[in-house]
Amino acid sequence: MSSVAVIDYGMGNLHSVASALRKIDPAARVTITSDAAEILAADRVIFPGVGAIRDCMAEILRLGIDRVVRDVIASRKPLLAICVGMQALMQFSEENDGVECLSILPGRVNFFGDALQDEHGAKLKVPHMGWNQVQQTTAHPLWQNIAQDSRFYFVHSYYVQCEQSELIAATAQYGVDINAALARDNLFAVQFHPEKSSDAGLQLLTNFLHWNGRTS
Amino acid sequence: MGLAKRIIPCLDVDNGRVVKGVKFLDIRDAGDPVEIAKRYNDQGADEITFLDITATHENRDTTANTVEKIAEQVFIPLTVGGGIRTVHDIRRMLNAGADKVSINSAAIANPDFVREAAEHFGSQCIVVAIDLKRVSADNEAPRWEIFTHGGRRATGIDAVEFAIQMVANGAGELLLTSMDRDGTKSGFDLAATRAISDAVPVPVIASGGVGNLDHLVAGVKEGGADAVLAASIFHFGQFTVPQAKRYMAEHGIEVRL
Repeated sequence: MSSVAVIDYGMGNLHSVASALRKIDPAARVTITSDAAEILAADRVIFPGVGAIRDCMAEILRLGIDRVVRDVIASRKPLLAICVGMQALMQFSEENDGVECLSILPGRVNFFGDALQDEHGAKLKVPHMGWNQVQQTTAHPLWQNIAQDSRFYFVHSYYVQCEQSELIAATAQYGVDINAALARDNLFAVQFHPEKSSDAGLQLLTNFLHWNGRTS
Repeated sequence: MGLAKRIIPCLDVDNGRVVKGVKFLDIRDAGDPVEIAKRYNDQGADEITFLDITATHENRDTTANTVEKIAEQVFIPLTVGGGIRTVHDIRRMLNAGADKVSINSAAIANPDFVREAAEHFGSQCIVVAIDLKRVSADNEAPRWEIFTHGGRRATGIDAVEFAIQMVANGAGELLLTSMDRDGTKSGFDLAATRAISDAVPVPVIASGGVGNLDHLVAGVKEGGADAVLAASIFHFGQFTVPQAKRYMAEHGIEVRL
């Protein structure tokens, strides 16, 4: 039996992550919490996030979640960051006139821009909302049983650009090259929402529940 | 290849039952919302929209309960609309498991509510539902107005201008319903969809009037919609979601198969 802590810092709908985990493994102990001791006691941790980055960062710092996330990473426990959770790990986001982030991963979070176009010159809407194809760029335990180019559900107006290309675990195309997933040791971060991505998403969460936090 | 166009089955829910025929007297019962949502999820729907058409104060608990039950079984995005008037209403639906809320009358009565909602919860979960009707004559430049009360009451507000304003206030997506088409099975108002889709940077969902699969194709190709919403064609077994998707794919539209 496995225990999972979903970090709660007051931003967004954490129930969907929790109910997806319960659906996959009814025996899993899933807690939604901001308590450092409870988070560090779990076998694995999810760092979600929805909404604007300034509010997210303010709550992360106010509740001391920044320290908890660093401690989880140092502990070698599997950590899955989702959407704004992923963006918060970077150094800096352009959103809300520029916000300093946690600098756990090297790189920035950029706006898609007002003049985004596809390869044929057609206007692309922002937010990037809906099901896009994800190209896995590295072998990883979290990609197990997920076909190359599977579609996942995205909803975001800012995208991650990691400075270290060897950390990129997947990309997606939307006018620009999006880092759809980053991986480093026991940390896996995704821009899409696995909890809303039907079978492919549930498979990724299943893989996370079985992951020992090592990349090979 | 890239982002897929979305197909969104819509559940119009009245007192805990899915119905269709909102604007007609012969409201047909289509069944239990949780079962129907699950069926569409299993069929590969890209999202589900749940519209509480009773939307009375007493009904809020029933709606929240039903949304909660759907969210426990359906792992695709869920939008809930009908009677969303306060930040409290939004929080309640998001806590029940909705990913987005659709704001309609409250956005017309108080456009700043949309701003407040987007600031609180982020634009990504704020959909503004725009009910419109063409008010220009056939020989005039097309013009559409916002209508309320199920399409019975004109507001004098220009639909394209209102759409632009709602996006400026923070709407992350627009749900356009042509009130003169809804329930008629004669197809979307393509000109209105195109005019609004071209005028705003955010995704637009076309709704109202779908009677066959060519209407879905036209909504994307001619209307410029990013997603198409339909109810009756799916509820009463005329088409399944996979049939609709295959048909759209055959017509060159990228979909999630």
